Parts: sequence; structure tokens; C-alpha cells
Amino acid sequence: MADIKVAAYICKGCGLGERLDADALVKVAQKDGKVPMAKSHDFLCNADGVAMIKNDIANEGVTHVMIGACSRRAKTEAFHFPENAVARANLREGVVWIRPDTDEARETTQEMAEDYIRMGCAEVKAMTAPEGNPNTGGSKTLLVVGGGITGMTTAIEASKTGYSVVLVEKSGVLGGWAGKLYKRVPVHEPYKSPADTGVADLASQILADGNIKLYLNATIAKTDGSPGKFVVSIATESGATHTEDIGAIVQATGFTPYDMNKLPELGGGKSANVVDQAGLEALAIDAASKDGVIRRPSDGQPVKSVVFVQCAGQRDPTGKHLSFCSGHCCNTSIKQAMYFKDANPDVDTTIIYSDLRTPGNGEDFYRSAQEKGVIFTKGNVAEVVPTGNTSTVKFNDLILGDADASIVDADLVVLATGQVPNSGVNIEAPAVAAEAGAVEVKPISILNLNYRQGPDVPHLKQGFTDSHFICFPYETRRTGIYTAGPVRRPMDIPQAREDATGAALKAIQALENAELGRAAHPRSGDLSFPKVRLEGCTQCKRCTVECPFGAIDEDVKGFPLFNESRCRRCGTCMGACPVRVISFENYSVNTVGAQIKAVDIPDEFSEKPRILILACENDAYPALDMAGMNRIEYSAYVRTIPVRCLGSVNTIWITDALNAGYDGVMMMGCKSGDEYQCHFVKGSELGRVRLSKIDDTLKTLNLESERVRDLEVAITDIQRLPEMINKYAAELVAVGPSPFKGF
Amino acid sequence: MSANTAVADKYRNNFLKEIEEQVEMGDWVKMCMQCGVCSGSCPTNFQSAWEHPPQELFMMIRAGKREEVLTSTSMWNCTSCYNCIVRCPRKIPITHIMHGIAEYAHRIGKAPKMQATRFFSVLFWKNCTNTGRVNELKLSLGLYFKDGFVQGVKNGLAMQSVAIGLIKAGRLNPLELFGGHKCKDQKGIQAMLAKAYEIERVRKAAKMAG
Repeated sequence: MADIKVAAYICKGCGLGERLDADALVKVAQKDGKVPMAKSHDFLCNADGVAMIKNDIANEGVTHVMIGACSRRAKTEAFHFPENAVARANLREGVVWIRPDTDEARETTQEMAEDYIRMGCAEVKAMTAPEGNPNTGGSKTLLVVGGGITGMTTAIEASKTGYSVVLVEKSGVLGGWAGKLYKRVPVHEPYKSPADTGVADLASQILADGNIKLYLNATIAKTDGSPGKFVVSIATESGATHTEDIGAIVQATGFTPYDMNKLPELGGGKSANVVDQAGLEALAIDAASKDGVIRRPSDGQPVKSVVFVQCAGQRDPTGKHLSFCSGHCCNTSIKQAMYFKDANPDVDTTIIYSDLRTPGNGEDFYRSAQEKGVIFTKGNVAEVVPTGNTSTVKFNDLILGDADASIVDADLVVLATGQVPNSGVNIEAPAVAAEAGAVEVKPISILNLNYRQGPDVPHLKQGFTDSHFICFPYETRRTGIYTAGPVRRPMDIPQAREDATGAALKAIQALENAELGRAAHPRSGDLSFPKVRLEGCTQCKRCTVECPFGAIDEDVKGFPLFNESRCRRCGTCMGACPVRVISFENYSVNTVGAQIKAVDIPDEFSEKPRILILACENDAYPALDMAGMNRIEYSAYVRTIPVRCLGSVNTIWITDALNAGYDGVMMMGCKSGDEYQCHFVKGSELGRVRLSKIDDTLKTLNLESERVRDLEVAITDIQRLPEMINKYAAELVAVGPSPFKGF
Repeated sequence: MSANTAVADKYRNNFLKEIEEQVEMGDWVKMCMQCGVCSGSCPTNFQSAWEHPPQELFMMIRAGKREEVLTSTSMWNCTSCYNCIVRCPRKIPITHIMHGIAEYAHRIGKAPKMQATRFFSVLFWKNCTNTGRVNELKLSLGLYFKDGFVQGVKNGLAMQSVAIGLIKAGRLNPLELFGGHKCKDQKGIQAMLAKAYEIERVRKAAKMAG
């Protein structure tokens, strides 16, 4: 630390030179920032400017660089100095672009810029250049759990990319549910008839592929370690256990059809002539092996009329059954109706639906079924009454307004039940026990993770695994472990194959990043990692409990044990730590705290309030930058500090800010809860829980609750955010200046 | 055996098949996906007489509601504006099917006798094929007396001033009531129609047999 040398560079390009007094900024850096070397440049990001900085690093011994120019999100390639600690003062998007170019505004705009220079200088001094996680593993093997369509596709795609794969399948055959289909919904033009499943072809590719090691009749007994160095024990039927070194994992454990015995009102379990979709596939396969005629299970007579009941035990608003739509069943029933019509056009086939949804090229398939004479009836089935060898289907005809419509003498009734994910143990079940209700989660763990937080990847709702739905669909809350296929959300075969390909590529990225000690998304490539000063630790376990990614275990004494390769660098542990012993090389309680303290707070008579904004770098900060790009003006009294996540906000920062005389603090984080948009999944939620207790702090300081504001921000809030800032600034005027100014 | 019982016997409870085989363009009925754009586009759908919009009629056919469909007045209300055909996402020739069902219901004697469109159509056809020319006076008088003698006189009196105006303008000759003028080759027209009837009879008999 002794031999650091800081240099500050002020850019005069992009209109900064005209709008701001660059010489004054240089002086601020020297005097307030206490930087030994401060320079201005007409166009800092051009070759000449960058060469100047590089020359100072090489020849002047500069170790820490403070760049007063554009946003840290801009010109990242020009200002890339991996060997040095770098801080950026956002004078362009954060100052001149959001301020009017008028004589009256000149003074406050200059003050804003000077503060950002002070903050940048203070921040960079508290940093060191990140050196990367030394505790890495270099296994390049992918583990795929599940040998269905998704798992097989993942394995083949990864193998084709040149990575070795270990494929583990619980049953004795590859293929999963797709392997139990007679035919599949077509995916090629002209989308008119059921097509071959292609499972045999995929399976033979797997068997012929030397890169793919296959375990059949096997389960995962234990998963230990972290990305790049997972150690996975595979238990086979014979009782033997094999250990594999694994770089990354794709969980493609698929689904189980919803149990039709839970639908006795629809005849489920009451008659052999009422089957689910899987049951009909079995009948069709059986028929194909004989004379091609699908027969009634009860007495073996050929089926002359069949009724398909859509949404059986799905889209159920009562909470008794599945609440969601499984997405594939309409197309599947159409396909199954064609099994009958293609063999014998005289068989009556009726599909009773409430909303027919045929994704993909299903519309053509639907039309083809109509041409083949499949009858589609819009209605809600109330009851299926099996009597003897036939059944009566009673339904409410929604087109004809006939509540007592019925189809009598149906030889076979097919219930389109939904997909229940095979997602293992719901490790967060106790917390959400009240709302579980509809879905009975399989209690058997799939991955048997040796993680402090539980043996499986966390679920979101209805048993589907949690993933960042919008931006990173395959990413789970366990780094290096990806989910694909119906375990993630209900889907059909084409979607599962797309998922599989995506997850394979993400898993490959993860193991490559892990070897280099870099973070996965959303801070992909980040070399910093959490360091803990254990001598200060009080073993409170808050970091181990809160880490959204299960990166932190505990040792026998209850000290945190960081698995750096599992870490996403969100800083939630740092925000949670009550004794502030966790920090990153370039992001810590000090780097932010120093910025907060560096701001020049005018006295209470100046009528210049100061508002601290702690903005999430994933959504809020880009939104503010974009507001600047659109030249949307907002208050000159705000000082914005980007944070990695709302979860990384340590309450000490807020206490510090209020003590320093800031009039208000705005926190901008992503949406939390079930419909979260947080890039670290739980970060903003955990941050909000922590900050909800800030009222106590305010009370002890004898301050109004308006002084701290939590704002839910999306990246699209480009217009709204400046409005909210201005509104808050106006509200604070009404509250009056902070009594802590001048101390 | 009446025409109706003959077809009813032939198709048993498969009304959709009956429509597909017997009604012009009836094989399109199964292609309806119940979006309701036809009903929304129909200019007559605000009238109380419009019992069943087209898509509902199609659904009734699929549900085997033979009696309700064939005795319905709905398809008789079609004005042939072709809005439904233009807008149907499945390109179903709805207007033609409506006329087809109406014609079929009439042919097998299920159409409502006194439905105004059907009544007028029969009247017009008889009137025009009789002499080869439309006798407008007889046609309008026939329509006046559709609902009985008293109502006919009332209708006539109500239209009195219009009739007098037409006579004064030379647009209406009261003597037309007694015969009226004819086309040049009345016999030729009759022969042509007889041949057409014969062709149609043979074709429909073939359909019935098939």
C-alpha cells in the first residue's frame, strides 16, 4: 500500500471542456483529491490520450488511475488498464449531459463535476487492482444429469464443441419421455402429420461419441466443490460409486406428468378407458406393434370415438392442481387425435379445449387436424363418467352456451395433464410453506450438492428451478450449474432442444471462466473476489445465509469459508456483514464510504441540498446514463455512486451519509419478489430487507423517514428516473436541510 | 319418405358429414376455428332476427344440432355483403356456406316457410320463371299479402300514394295484373329451365346415393 501513486486525468472532449472549467477540476484533484499527478487532455480516449496514461504508468510509476471523463460504462476498451486500479468520474453522462447549458446552471454544474473528481480520487485510493481468484480448477468436463431429449442434446452439442461430457441417466435407457412417444409433433414443413421422434438417432449419436461417457441406471450421490473443480460421485445400480472431476453441470431432469389419479372427477384412475397423454402414447405404440388399431384397454375393442380433455388439472385457479399451462399439450392432443384419424378417418375424435394454444408451427398442424376431421369444441369439462366400457363426458359448451352439453359413448378419454418438474428438494420450502399448496415436490434430491444452503438448486415457484427469466434463463442460483428443459419451465421438444443448446454453451463459458478465476454473469470477466478479514469476524453467519449463490460454506468454528469460483461478485456478503470484514479489491465498504465522505457538503444556508444516490450498476446506473444520452435534465444536487447490487449496500454507508450532512439518500435497485429483475436474483430483495430496518437508524439520529428513499428501478425507466429524482429533491426542500450539516 | 327423413336416415347422427356432402362448400365447416371475426364483421348481427352468427352455426353443425340449424332463420338473413369471407383468417367461404345451408334446408323442406327472405325468393322465382320476365306488380302484391288478406289490404293502403305516383310517372301499369308482358321465347326459357332442373336432380340424387 505504501508505494501507490495516483494520477488523475480530466478529459475536455465531448463538450466537457466548454461546459466545465477543466483547470479548476485539475486543481480540485490536486488540492482536495491529494493526487500528486493531475492532467487534463483535449480528447482523453483517443490514441494520444491513452498513450499519455500508459506512458505515466510505465515511466512515472503510476499505479492508480482516476479518469474524469465519461461514464464507467463508456470507452471501457480505451480505458482498460488491467494492471492498475482504475476509478472513473462520470462528468459526461452524469454531469454535463443532464444539466442545462445556461449561465445560471454553470455554478452548480461545476460543483457537481468537482465533487465527482473528489469522489473518484477518494475511491481509487481505497482500491487495489484485482488479481483474480487463485483458487481455481481447470476441469473441462461437462456433467449432464438426465438422458432425455434435453440431456442428450446438451451432451451432443457440448461434445461437438470439443468438450468431454459425462451423461448420467437414472433409468436404463436414453430418451426420457420423448422415448416413450409413438411419434412427435412435426418440426418440418409441411407440419401436417406426426413425425418420428428422432430419439433413436440421438441415442445412437451418444453411444458412438467417444467424448461422451454414459452412465445408465445411475444417480448423483454427491456433488462437491465449485465450477472448474466439481467432484461428483455417481452411484450406479450395482452399488458402485464412480467419481468424476467436473467443470460445470447441466441439470436436464425433465418432468413427470401430473398424476391423473388426483382428477377423479375427470375419471382419472376410475376406468382403464380414461388415460393421460403418456398412457395414450403407450396404447399407440402397442397398436403399432400389432395391427395399428388402437384398442380400448377395458375389453380390447377398437376405439371408435375418443375425447381429449385439455387443461386437465392445469390452469387451475383454485390452487388444487397445477396453476400453469404446460404449453405442449394442445399440440400433443392434436397429434394424438391424428393417430386415430390417420389410421381410420371414421373414428370420432373430439378435442374439448378452453383455449387452444399451438405454439411454433402448430397452427399449420391444427389446420391439418381440422382437414382430417378432428372436431374441436370449446368448453370446460365438468365430469367424465365411466360406465361399463364407455364414458360420458359432460361439459359446458362455451360457444353454444350449453352448460349441460355431453358426449356419450366415448370409448376412450384422454386427459391432457401437465408437466411437474423433477427439480429435487425445495431447499427454501420452510420459508414458503404457506404458498406451496398445489405442487407436491419430490423429496428426493437430484444433485445432492454438498453446499451449506441445501442439496439442490433453488426453486422459483411451482417447483420450477429459479433462473433469471429475462436475461439469463439457464443460469441457476448455483454458479456453474445450469438447468435446461422442462425442469426450468414447461416446454415442448423444440424448446427443450433450444434450451439444451443454450445451457451447453453457458456451461462451457462457466468452466472456462472458472479456470481463469473470473466471474460468470452478470459481472462476467470480473477478476475481483471477496476477501475476508477473519480476525474481525464474529461468526454471525449472515454472509453464509444470505449469499444468493451458496458460495459461502462454514468451517467447523462457524467462520465463513469462501468458494470463490461459486461467487458472482454481487457483494451481498459485504453488505450483510455487520462488522464489515468482507471486501473486494476494487469494491469495498471503504471505496464507497470514501466517496461519500469526499463530497463537499455546503452549509445549511446555501440552499444547495445534497442527495446521495446509490444506484444498482445493472439497471439503475445504465438508466441514468441513458437519461444523460437523451439529455434529460435532473437536479444538480445529486451525487451518484454505482453499487454492484442493492444487496451490497452496507447500512454504514447510509449512516455515514446522513451524519455527513446529506439531506437525503436514494437507493435504486431492481424489482424483487417472485417477479424479480435483480441480476443477482435475491440481491435486491436481501438489500431491501436489510434497509427496511434503516428507520431505527433514522430515529437514533432524530431524522425524518423521508431522508432515505428506496426506489424500484428497471433499465427502461429513462424518463421516469429523472422525474423521480426531481420530485424527491423537491420533497426534501419541504422537509428542510439536514441538521447534521457543518459538523 | 320425405326428403328430410331420407337424409336424416342416411346420416344418422353425423350431421357434419351430411352438411359436408349435401351442402355447397359444406366441407369447409370443419375448418372454422371459432375466432368470431365473421360474426363481428356481419352487418346484420345487430338485428334481433339474427339468432346464430355464422361461427355459432358451424359449431352447432359440429355438435350435431340438426333440427336447430336447418329450421334456423339465421342463414336467411345473410345480405351477401361478403365481409365475412374477406376477413376470415381461415379463408372459409362463409357467405356461400350460408346460402348453401339455406338452400339445403329449403330443398329438404326444413326451412321456415314464412321466413321473409325464403318467401320472397320463392315468390320471385315463380314469378320470373313463369313468363321469363319479372312482373313487378304481381311480385309486390304477393309480398303484401304474405301475412294474410287483412294485412295485405293494410299494406296496400299504406303504399297507396307511392303506387299512384308510379302510375302517374308511367312506371307502373295497373293492367299488368292481368297477364302482363312476356319474353319473346317463353317456351325456350321453360325448356332451358326444365333441362337445368333435370341436371340438378341427377346430381343431387347421385350425392344422395353416394
